[in-house]
Amino acid sequence: MTTTIIWTIAIISGLGLLLALTLYLVAQRFKVVEDPRIELVEKAMPGANCGGCGFAGCHAFADSAVKAPNLDNHYCPVGGNETMKKVAEILGYEIKEKAPMVAVVRCNGTCSVRPRTSEYDGTLSCKVKASLYAGDTGCSYGCLGCGDCVAACKFGAISMDPETGLPVVDEEKCTACGACAKACPKAIIELRKKGPRGMREYVSCVNKDKGPGVKKACANACIGCGICAKTCTHDAIVLENNVAYIDFEKCKLCRECEAMCPTGAIHGVNFPKPIDKDAIKARVKERQKKAREAAAAAAEAAKPVGEPVEPPVLRQAQEPEQFKKEESNG
Amino acid sequence: MAKRTFSIGGVHPADSKISRGCKLEYLPIPPTVYIALSQHIGAPAKPVVTVGDKVKVGQVLAEPGGFMSAYIHSSVSGTVKSIGPRKDLSGNNQMVVEIAVEGDEWMENIDRGDTLVTDIPDDPKAIIEKIKLGGVVGLGGATFPTHVKLSPPPGKVCEMLIINGCECEPYLTSDFRTLLEKGEQVVIGTAIIKKALGVAKATIAIEDNKLEAIEHIQKVVNEFKSKGPEYSGIEVLSLMKKYPEGGEKQLIDAVMHRQVKSGGLPIDVGAVVDNVCTALAVYEAVQKNKPLIDNSVTVTGECFPKQANLIVRVGTPLNYVIDYLGGVPEAAAKVISGGPMMGKSIANLEAATMKGTGGLLFLTREQTKRMPESNCIRCGKCAEACPMGLEPFLLNRLAKAGDTDALEANAVQDCIMCGCCLYSCPAGIPLLDIISQARGQVMGIMRARTAAAKAAAEAAKAAAEAAKPKSE
Amino acid sequence: MDKILVSPNPHIHSATTTKVLMRDVVIALLPAVIVSVVFYGWKELLVLAVSVLSCLAIEYLITRYCMKKASTIGDWSAAVTGVLLALNLPPTTPWWVVFLGALVAIGVAKMTFGGLGQNIFNPALVGRVFLLISFPTYMTHWEIPQGLFGVDAISGATPLGAIKEGLMQGASVPDLMASHGYTYSQMLFANIGGSAGEACAIAILVGFIYLVARKVIKPWITLSILGTVAAVSCIFWLANPAQFTDPLFNLLTGGLLLGSCFMATDYVTSPMSIKGGIIFGIGIGFITLMIRYFGSYPEGVSFAILIMNSTVPLLNNWFHQKKYGRA
Repeated sequence: MTTTIIWTIAIISGLGLLLALTLYLVAQRFKVVEDPRIELVEKAMPGANCGGCGFAGCHAFADSAVKAPNLDNHYCPVGGNETMKKVAEILGYEIKEKAPMVAVVRCNGTCSVRPRTSEYDGTLSCKVKASLYAGDTGCSYGCLGCGDCVAACKFGAISMDPETGLPVVDEEKCTACGACAKACPKAIIELRKKGPRGMREYVSCVNKDKGPGVKKACANACIGCGICAKTCTHDAIVLENNVAYIDFEKCKLCRECEAMCPTGAIHGVNFPKPIDKDAIKARVKERQKKAREAAAAAAEAAKPVGEPVEPPVLRQAQEPEQFKKEESNG
Repeated sequence: MAKRTFSIGGVHPADSKISRGCKLEYLPIPPTVYIALSQHIGAPAKPVVTVGDKVKVGQVLAEPGGFMSAYIHSSVSGTVKSIGPRKDLSGNNQMVVEIAVEGDEWMENIDRGDTLVTDIPDDPKAIIEKIKLGGVVGLGGATFPTHVKLSPPPGKVCEMLIINGCECEPYLTSDFRTLLEKGEQVVIGTAIIKKALGVAKATIAIEDNKLEAIEHIQKVVNEFKSKGPEYSGIEVLSLMKKYPEGGEKQLIDAVMHRQVKSGGLPIDVGAVVDNVCTALAVYEAVQKNKPLIDNSVTVTGECFPKQANLIVRVGTPLNYVIDYLGGVPEAAAKVISGGPMMGKSIANLEAATMKGTGGLLFLTREQTKRMPESNCIRCGKCAEACPMGLEPFLLNRLAKAGDTDALEANAVQDCIMCGCCLYSCPAGIPLLDIISQARGQVMGIMRARTAAAKAAAEAAKAAAEAAKPKSE
Repeated sequence: MDKILVSPNPHIHSATTTKVLMRDVVIALLPAVIVSVVFYGWKELLVLAVSVLSCLAIEYLITRYCMKKASTIGDWSAAVTGVLLALNLPPTTPWWVVFLGALVAIGVAKMTFGGLGQNIFNPALVGRVFLLISFPTYMTHWEIPQGLFGVDAISGATPLGAIKEGLMQGASVPDLMASHGYTYSQMLFANIGGSAGEACAIAILVGFIYLVARKVIKPWITLSILGTVAAVSCIFWLANPAQFTDPLFNLLTGGLLLGSCFMATDYVTSPMSIKGGIIFGIGIGFITLMIRYFGSYPEGVSFAILIMNSTVPLLNNWFHQKKYGRA
């Protein structure tokens, strides 16, 4: 009896020792020697592994950041400047602060203003739908409403509004990782500067078709009339392919374009006061009148010299370029 | 004898060829046509007319925009109204030439008579040039420029020409009617293509649900044997009805018992496949100087009261065709360009027909509405049905996980989008929707890799060249 | 025509749906069900009713209140599990034992994995094996009740059990066969003790032929099981007829036919490829015989199928069907 117990204990202990030794040897054999700073950097990262930085995950980012000569090509949109400061400290690099960004949905075609022309009966996926056809409305550029962006967001920052059929970005949760922008086959989501106290102006439409058809497809669309571009005194609005675009680096948030837009395609958000369109319109009209008078006076003054003064060139849709694009798309 | 067919997979949807008794009929010319500049695989054609030009039937509107491209001809006579973007059947913009019709004046060199021309030109090069000038493209669905297909790359030898008369899609009957009513022209077209390729054997493959067509074509082939050496070596083959028999790869398997390697072309196994309507178009282009300006379109569906097989001028608005036959029926829920298995759902009925438009099919909601998706029961019916021997259930799972390496290893790029998997899935899982996305993604990755490898090889070559003078 | 429908191809669908497939399995089981009710009487009907109803109720409650989804009992799969479970139990099983079996089959073996299509093991067999281990008295209680229409039934152990018992006591197979009066025709035509579904080989085979004809199941799994059992038992029997039962006896007794026709061919828990299926079948046949010949249980089909169920993911990973244009 005693011998049995002794043997059992001996065999089990021996087996345990043998296995422990094996584990140790294997661990030694396959040990990966890594720069210890990689682990430090990775710990400083948010750890979401979202890929918003362009790397496969936080570890890949850390690995690349440690090996890079500077941090110019490394930016964690999720952690933002805070995280980047920590990373820079660990690695002893200098960084430039970046303005916080946010995902902006540039489609305004709610269910009520953009009538449905067909019924989609395939997989609920924007990618599948986009490769099948232009979409179930008259607008072939707008939101398809299947929520690929919602699925792509790892932070729960996007949800579909059942009333409008459009995605809504939760500014608090959005980390500007850009996953939604990549997931959107219609490229309507853009990362834009968050702006002072969240205030920003943007054109909520990407429809490149010409005026009349656009208006029929969606009452809220940008019809490419160019009034905003003419109004803007900061040179922030360009009109290309029949759609206006506000450069957020140049925009001074004066809200003139928003007031002048005939379709309401330009949106201003997070402003403390509601917009007073009439006052702004009057102001702009007054200014334009003065400018015309001044131009006329200048022309008058310039006349004796005999050189005709060139009228100010307005930005216009560039027909040939658009033509080329359409062709390559088809 | 067991009937021949392809060896892997396939499904048996109901035949539904309800318009098989309708004779080919010419549709009146519409008041305006919209002729797209990209009606074929490859580069869009470049317009050679300008707004305001008067054009005749058969006049060149656009020239090929590259090696893989085709001529586009005016299908009507009239005035070019505009050249610009217009929404196609999926609602996307496409460049079209809009022509307001005035009368029906044809180019002088086109032979509009009914007499058969059986003497075939001697020079294969001249034949291919005529086919190119006629703007002939494959009418089986892929719209591959025919002159490119008939010029095999050096080193590749064609052993057999297969004329595809399977029309394995349910409902469609335009190929069948063409075989019955224009069988002679099809056989001459076959002989012409045979001559152009310099191949001794040709097989006209027809599924056994079209017995009249098989008998008729056999009769014509026998009659024509005496007309010249080009007409010998043409054989008519009856195949067992199974979808997708008309798929190029499946047809080669059925006829020649050979399989095209993944990523390869039919010519790699010595085959060239052309549709019967392509053979007809070749006949017209080579013997009659008539370019591809019209094609046969089946208009059908149980809910559509007036079935028809129409010969339609290219660029005719779809709603003009439909209105001619009495308009869209109330019960119809879906309109399909092509057959029910591979056809494209039409979102915009104002779009115009193209060279490759083979059918307009109306289905009711009951016939076509997808059933709600439920759990995969791992029955393996999708894998059993797949004519490429793929495992759609696995590809679906891998695609959802985004595992592109595994997708490529499991041959997602071989998918021919025939729809057999989704057709047969008892759980209604949208397999093809997901797989076609994954296929596109994987093919993109493969193309990028090939391009990168090519660039790297060239760079290495250039580096070696640069190093050479130094070493010397 | 209201709004035009738009979807990717294909635009038509075959008439075969999950519901149709599962309903076909229930239809195929009907002959066996009818025979068992005729043979074992009203008690068997009670077992069947309790089993099917509790399977349906449990699945309904779990889908609606635990998973918070639409109920899936409309797909008939719970009914299939219910019928199969009932056919795998002795007709004398008390109703609460049947209910527990259903609870384990649907609740544990099926729904915890996510419902139809997600489970690794055949639910009905898990239920049966659970009961076999937990309630061996009820599960090996072969006191046969009076059948309908005055059908006489023999009482006592199943042939497999009786032979096993006899062999343990040192008797030889031919003596035992003779002393119990077993004949093959008896086994073929409903006149033998055992679980309800083991009663009549012909009824099971009719169902099997129906399923193959309707293309619901592919026959190779069943055939490879039966082939393996026949071949392996033939070798043993020829080597020592006194110790080992003959092939025909092995094919016709116990749950082999029910198991190989209806349980091993379950889509969810069997391999997809032909090669995988054949290996799966060989494994089941071999393990069954090993348990019958050398194990302590008289019957081993349930265990064999469950053991081979666990190899299915591996078989699916190893064996793929032949692809077009690839060696």
